[in-house]
Amino acid sequence: MFKQHKYVETNVFVLAVGILLTVIIGGLVEIVPLFSMEATIEKVEGVRPYSPLELEGRNIYIREGCYLCHSQMIRPFKDEVERYGHYSLAAESKYDHPFQWGSKRTGPDLARIGGKYTNDWHVRHLINPRDVVPESVMPGYPHLKRPLKYDDIAADMMALRVTGVPYTDEDIKNAKADLEEQVRSDSSDAAIAKRYPKARMGAADGNPKTITELDALVAYLQVLGTMVDFTAVDPASIRR
Amino acid sequence: MIAATAALGQRAETSPYLDDVVKKFVLAAVFWGVVGFFVGDYIAWELAFPHLNLDLEWTTFGRLRPVHTSAVIFAFGGNVLIGTSFYVVQRTCRATLFGGAGLGNIIFWGYNSFIVMAAASYVLGMSQGREYAEPEWWLDIYLTVVWVAYLIAFAGTIMKRKEAHIYVANWFYLAFILTIAMLHIGNNLAIPAVFFGGTWWKSYSLYSGAQDAMTQWWYGHNAVGFFLTAGFLAIMYYFVPKRAERPVYSYRLSIVHFWALIFLYIWAGPHHLHYTALPDWTQTLGMTFSVMLWMPSWGGMINGLMTLSGAWDKLRTDPVMRFLVTSVAFYGMSTFEGPMMAIKAVNSLSHYTDWTIGHVHSGALGWVAFVSFGALYYLVPKLWGRKEVYSLRLVGVHFWVATVGVLLYITAMWISGIMQGLMWRAYDNLGFLQYSFIETVEAMHPYYVLRATGGVLFLTGGLVMAYNVWRTIRGDVEAAGAVRQSVATAR
Repeated sequence: MFKQHKYVETNVFVLAVGILLTVIIGGLVEIVPLFSMEATIEKVEGVRPYSPLELEGRNIYIREGCYLCHSQMIRPFKDEVERYGHYSLAAESKYDHPFQWGSKRTGPDLARIGGKYTNDWHVRHLINPRDVVPESVMPGYPHLKRPLKYDDIAADMMALRVTGVPYTDEDIKNAKADLEEQVRSDSSDAAIAKRYPKARMGAADGNPKTITELDALVAYLQVLGTMVDFTAVDPASIRR
Repeated sequence: MIAATAALGQRAETSPYLDDVVKKFVLAAVFWGVVGFFVGDYIAWELAFPHLNLDLEWTTFGRLRPVHTSAVIFAFGGNVLIGTSFYVVQRTCRATLFGGAGLGNIIFWGYNSFIVMAAASYVLGMSQGREYAEPEWWLDIYLTVVWVAYLIAFAGTIMKRKEAHIYVANWFYLAFILTIAMLHIGNNLAIPAVFFGGTWWKSYSLYSGAQDAMTQWWYGHNAVGFFLTAGFLAIMYYFVPKRAERPVYSYRLSIVHFWALIFLYIWAGPHHLHYTALPDWTQTLGMTFSVMLWMPSWGGMINGLMTLSGAWDKLRTDPVMRFLVTSVAFYGMSTFEGPMMAIKAVNSLSHYTDWTIGHVHSGALGWVAFVSFGALYYLVPKLWGRKEVYSLRLVGVHFWVATVGVLLYITAMWISGIMQGLMWRAYDNLGFLQYSFIETVEAMHPYYVLRATGGVLFLTGGLVMAYNVWRTIRGDVEAAGAVRQSVATAR
């Protein structure tokens, strides 16, 4: 065996091809089946693409690097389920490009933060976390009070559609109007509320005239983990 | 002495190898090392004292953390890797760099301009939101071009070699270059919004949810496996035998552990996703291969340490050797801790806590940075034609300051990580969760201060090195009696 190795170490092509073949196997075995096996993503009702405002909020979440301190992945342990809620399903992040499961909890998990606090709490917390949680080590984000730039939201949704998020032509055509309506309307009869069930309506910062980055980020946080109604899910269908 | 250094300088100029570009990489490595350590330490203080975030968007932990990771891994580590690989491949092949100074300079400026643009983009709020792969799509393409140029220069030099055999260090460098290319492209496939009339600094990953998580950690873990391990093992395989003036301990061991290491590493990614919504079968595969990975990792450690057989006395007399050997010892420790943390039961405690951060830094500071320091202290006098560094005494100072810094860092993180993991799962007598989340944050404060203090020491060591390198390049030699004199003055 060691004698034969001289063929490998005297020819850089043989060496390079040998390396490539060796390093490609693990990835092929672990990644490719995830795309073809149906069992990877559980079948549950309720998970929908993000509304335009939530999507803008999610992009702010990514821009600020929130994922570096907050996970969005509740593990199936007693203490985690009691602290944060039902353990996370793969289905709940199936429209997340990229995923934001995170790897570190300097702050708490956010997978089911939606609905736990009021909009007002979130706004105050984001501007200065120590106003509401004195021991917090989170940075303040007063700059989120600035107006949201959302003119090209339709382009973002079209890009996402290419990756497999089922936005319809209608969704994309109405993107800007939907975004504005989510902030400015309180009615659950609004078109946006029908297109994106459970979307949190209204201006988070209390001012519907100016659509701010806070409005978008809070709309995203308020929908996190709320799409699936676990009282209607058969536990056997999501067992691990 | 001046005459002597001048004579040595002349000898260096007649070297048949292209070393000017290596010099640039060496200087860039020293510069980025100090920058990366500084940013890392600053954000460590931010976690202890959140007012240091300054409430400005550009200085928050979330935006600076990628600056730190990119500066230490890709800027410091990358410049060390590319620089040493050009130095090593020319000498072990007895050939000048393929593509000459032109290609070498393209790679140097291309790579370093990538770093500057990437760091600026994070601070300005452009990020893909993928750990260690934050640069947006257009920067990814730019880096791919630079990387292909690097592969051409490196492999081209091997092709025109005058030695029959390709030296073991070059196998590791080649595995590092090829695999990083594969990972970089595979993980960064994305659809830019600009194709549909959106902004040019935003793209959406081609994958989502569980598949995206797996792809990201296939990349993320193997950035550790191939950038921070295979590449730096190449450094070990050249610089440890050189400095010890002993041959590599075992040729056969190097063959076995090379192929086993690169085969097994790729599978280990899912251990970053234990108990998540990733399917169980993938997690189990990841755990199994992570545990197996312990063996080839220690194969490398044994090959490095045993190379010192008959030269152990150098540990006492040569502080550069001390850096190299300690790095291999840290490598052994980290590659034991890693497989242990990849066991699901252990991971259920360690995941999401500072234990992971401590583990990464025992590898990154203790192994990667120390072996880099050793290689830099070896290289600088050689490249600039000096007999030795300006001051071996300062190398010793650097060694001890940095070692104490690393130990403070990792012990603080062990305590805070395990403590927080236990607090999260603690129940009181009545069956309620005993601690709120914020109570666990409060409890970590002293350890965050301790960790950041360790960081100050490590940064100080980096500054001592920069000073020593600068004086060496200037051609200065510390007076032999300096130590005794300074002690005398102190009294």
